[in-house]
Amino acid sequence: MMFNDLDSVTDALAGLTATPVPGLTDRIFGSWLAAPSRLGATFVAFTGAGVQFVRSAESVRGDAAAFGDAYRDRFGRPLRPADRAPAGLLVALAGRPTPVRLDLRGLSDFERDVLTATSRIPAGQIRPYGWVAREAGRPRAVRAVGSVLARNPVPLLIPCHRVVRADGLLGDYMFGSTHKEQLLRAEQMNVDEVAALARQGVHFVGSDTTGVVCFPTCPHARRITPAHRHGFRTAAAALTAGHRPCHHCRPTGPLPQRPPPTPGAVGD
Amino acid sequence: MVTDLDSGFAEVVRTHERVVYSVALRLSGRPADAEDLAAEAFLRAYQALRGYHGERIASLRLRPWLLTIVRNTARNTARDAARRPAPPPAVEPAEPPARGASVEQQVERDDVARELGLVLVQLPEAQRVAVVLRHVVGLPTSEVAEVLGCPDGTAKSHISRGLHRLRALLTEPAGDGLVAGRTLR
Repeated sequence: MMFNDLDSVTDALAGLTATPVPGLTDRIFGSWLAAPSRLGATFVAFTGAGVQFVRSAESVRGDAAAFGDAYRDRFGRPLRPADRAPAGLLVALAGRPTPVRLDLRGLSDFERDVLTATSRIPAGQIRPYGWVAREAGRPRAVRAVGSVLARNPVPLLIPCHRVVRADGLLGDYMFGSTHKEQLLRAEQMNVDEVAALARQGVHFVGSDTTGVVCFPTCPHARRITPAHRHGFRTAAAALTAGHRPCHHCRPTGPLPQRPPPTPGAVGD
Repeated sequence: MVTDLDSGFAEVVRTHERVVYSVALRLSGRPADAEDLAAEAFLRAYQALRGYHGERIASLRLRPWLLTIVRNTARNTARDAARRPAPPPAVEPAEPPARGASVEQQVERDDVARELGLVLVQLPEAQRVAVVLRHVVGLPTSEVAEVLGCPDGTAKSHISRGLHRLRALLTEPAGDGLVAGRTLR
């Protein structure tokens, strides 16, 4: 085609309108639904990238509109009702460890590091806020970890209820400390034992057969027989007594690269 | 939209997505960038609407308002991109042939569209926006002026200068056959 006059240019320009690919609306709107969970009914919002926001119905007095407002204030996105739940969501909310895609866009690097570290705490175990701070690479930012977890966009899916105070108390939870204890007991955490140890000033448990020191909820601590169990107030005291930190619960924070396993070696 | 913002906004997206996307495509040049730009602009529009009173929403002239947001978002993106190294050039996927056109006609139309798309992005920003709004999506001059934030007469002159420059770029002997990449003053 030749463009000898302006009309031929404007004609060609008029042919440049384009039809958007289907799915533009999906990229703009978040979807929401109500779903059962270990905490009772919850409201969940998600995008194509993953789950973005979870709140217990109780925390918004069962009001879906209040949940929607909280979502819009925080994420600046319109919401529409979902047709179906994202893969794995219902199973994960019921408490079985299942990978669920999360949409954590819009969070700072520190927030994401805190949530990632928290997501590595296994069911039935707890870690102090300071542990999360160390794992997130900011050992002094203990209070900041508390602030991030208090605003955890996806509780239950990222188990912020497994992060507790260093003195052995379970501490606060965005849905109330009663629910925190209830969730931990449901995961078979040794809540009463940990509380009893804390009253004696014991926050770390070591074994004189393996020479390893753990947090009291670590499976390697829980299987130490009473005769071989030693309690410590601090991890440093355990190290002074000749123990090495457990590779599983990492009571002193991230460890140097583990040597390659040798055949026949015993685990932690 | 005044009573239920979200379902009202779904209607706004449905009504305006074609115009918004067409403009986004001609301002950004690549389909993938155009989708990002259109989605981003709609989200900004939604965030702004949340803070508006019902009266203000009711009196909004939505189309020019949305397209102003598209333009500003595109400018911000371009400014940010200028501070980062450019990504490798992408290959434009061919659009599926429309029904009713012969293969030859379709090929010729695709060539024209590609060539036009390439020269359009060489226009100065105000002229490009003016030409796209007036002649690609067919806005009246008054709305073009509203988006550009200038008097009608100025908008007309942006449109006219843009068209003349476009024609000049298109009819210039194309050297080794490449139009894109040259700096034209």
